[in-house]
Amino acid sequence: MDLYAIFQSILILSGVCVVFGALIALAHSRFRVFEDPRIEAALELLPRTNCGACGSPGCRPFAEGLVQGEQQPASCTVMGPAEIEDVAQLLGVEAGEANKRVARLLCAGGSHVAVQDAEYRGFASCKAAASVAGGGKGCTWGCLGLADCEVACDLDAIHMSAALLPIVDPVRCTACGDCVDACPKDLFVIMPLEPHLIVQCRSELEGEEAEGLCQVACNGCGKCVLDAAEGLIDIVEGLAVIDYTKHGLEAPGATKRCPTGAIVWVENAQLLEGTGGSATDASQTAE
Amino acid sequence: MRRNSTFHSGVHPDDAKELTAASPIRRLPFPDEVVLPLQQHTGAPATLIVRVGDRVERGDMIAAAEGFISSPVHASAAGRVAAIGPWPHPSGQYQTAVRIAVDRYAAQTPRRRLVPNWEGLSPKEIVAAVQQAGVVGLGGAAFPAHVKLSPPSDQVIDTLLVNGCECEPYLTSDHRVMVEYSERVYLGIRIMLDCLGIRRAIVGIEQNKPDAIATMTAAAPVDLDIEVCGLEAKYPQGAEKMLIKSLLDREVPSGGLPGKVGVVVQNVGSVATLAEVFETGLPLIERIVTVTGPGVREPGNWIVPVGTKLRDLLAGSGGLADDASEIIFGGPMMGVAVASLDTPVLKGTSGVLVLSKGEAPPREDYPCIRCGRCLDACPVFLNPQRLGNLATSERWPEMLENHLMDCMLCGCCSYVCPSNIPLSHLFTTAKTAIRRRPVA
Repeated sequence: MDLYAIFQSILILSGVCVVFGALIALAHSRFRVFEDPRIEAALELLPRTNCGACGSPGCRPFAEGLVQGEQQPASCTVMGPAEIEDVAQLLGVEAGEANKRVARLLCAGGSHVAVQDAEYRGFASCKAAASVAGGGKGCTWGCLGLADCEVACDLDAIHMSAALLPIVDPVRCTACGDCVDACPKDLFVIMPLEPHLIVQCRSELEGEEAEGLCQVACNGCGKCVLDAAEGLIDIVEGLAVIDYTKHGLEAPGATKRCPTGAIVWVENAQLLEGTGGSATDASQTAE
Repeated sequence: MRRNSTFHSGVHPDDAKELTAASPIRRLPFPDEVVLPLQQHTGAPATLIVRVGDRVERGDMIAAAEGFISSPVHASAAGRVAAIGPWPHPSGQYQTAVRIAVDRYAAQTPRRRLVPNWEGLSPKEIVAAVQQAGVVGLGGAAFPAHVKLSPPSDQVIDTLLVNGCECEPYLTSDHRVMVEYSERVYLGIRIMLDCLGIRRAIVGIEQNKPDAIATMTAAAPVDLDIEVCGLEAKYPQGAEKMLIKSLLDREVPSGGLPGKVGVVVQNVGSVATLAEVFETGLPLIERIVTVTGPGVREPGNWIVPVGTKLRDLLAGSGGLADDASEIIFGGPMMGVAVASLDTPVLKGTSGVLVLSKGEAPPREDYPCIRCGRCLDACPVFLNPQRLGNLATSERWPEMLENHLMDCMLCGCCSYVCPSNIPLSHLFTTAKTAIRRRPVA
């Protein structure tokens, strides 16, 4: 009797399984959605960092865009030229023009050159320090050095130097803009990776007041304005401001007479590294 | 008189007021320079109306109000405008400020009455005069006083609450005002009642100031409906919404202002200043500041021109002690530490507290143990433990869902946390981040 009940239940359940299995099989063939197999194949080749620098919300939407011809492989800033070529060959499309962009820091005032006039003992985050008393640094515009950008960077492209300044690795940086959002002092800008003049300072103070707080501050002297092509640089509120719409006029000569080394000519990596003078020496640039 | 009315939750820190509670208010000599930032109040910064090199007399307007929720700035000493530019501000940032080199030979007297006599003025004229005189709340937030005097027409105000709690430990400027200038406080109340068109005022004073309660009760004018109430000494008794709950048992709805429940709250120091402005005819150019703490040699309550630099203020208080380690603008619970001795005293600076090394040791914070003490302490019934977790992972939208904006940053949660988690600092951070980049 008991044995019969066991067999009976096994039979009934098996029957139910068969019926539902058949239903699922039917639904699978009736409601099949065609998906281009190239999407999956292209996604295999993409970095899958989902950084969003290409403008798509992630790597899968980007792959869909590639297959539909709305995106070009070179729009992905994470892949190198060889990988971009692989994707282009797979899909049989043009690789497109790569326009590599990277994040640049507008402060060179590491702990070796900037005055520290108080000790910050609160929660260790730039946002927290900026919201109470602006951290311990004398310069209120400068980098706080508490590494919010390093935490925000998903691509491991930002590392803090010994002088507590974030160093951006131009190879890894995809210009996704996470560091721009993370910095409470608005010190990051996204720029094309081409030789550029950069004023590595945001201090609105002038002259000795500015230099008293940081050795590499822009003191607003205006020498670079005279050394650069006309109309390229202007002094606004004690700070040299470069008009990047006139990119063709930029030349390393503008950095020559800068008394503090605030304006630099950057070719590849931004040399903020270390505690030596490399950050201020415009003649030293990466190979 | 009612006794021991109070609100729910809160904390009982040592009030440490004995350092200055008995020190009479005295004047400090004029400093060599005063620095007046254009942003000294809640609302739009004032617009500059002087240039470098201009000669200004004491009481001259140097920056005009920009709109209704704004307040002008006046020269607090006669002299010459030496410079206009970025200057350290108590907020920790540099902000545009006017530096006035004080004329050492000037008599420092106004040339004429700059504020009209209040008697005979209509409420509208009083409101205008109060704005022109640059009067703001002196309790800390520096909300323009004339805005409180002109409630929106859909709100029916029935009571004026005068806040004499001074619940922040260490600070005694309001206490001394009530003891020494009670007549002036009542004149201010008279002007405010007249302007608001109401009859009833209640003065709330914490019971750790029995001399202030006695003086204020004795000085109360018989022709006004004024009640002086002793309140339990508990932090944050002087928070606007807590005071309304304690004195009237009304609860201000989330996100609302006291006007919603028919109340106007004004700090006792601000009420006295309002009266002083009409008495002397001078705009708000000086204030009473408590300089206190174990890190300062001669603590006291001083009248100083607005814009006096911290350096001069400390020099007038005997200088810093050898073991001074931290300087705070405001009280220990809500005040902010400042890094520069050039930071000026603003209209809203009620005190300067100097802590010694022993009082402000570096403390390590530990993980939350979910003890729930912060929930018991929070006077607005939030869940600081949950908010703190959300803040460390920067989940701002969820913090808003958990009513972050009802937090007034009183610091009770940080005070009771056995793990030393800087909760109110995290909430300040979150509020700042949300203000910078509003979340949908």
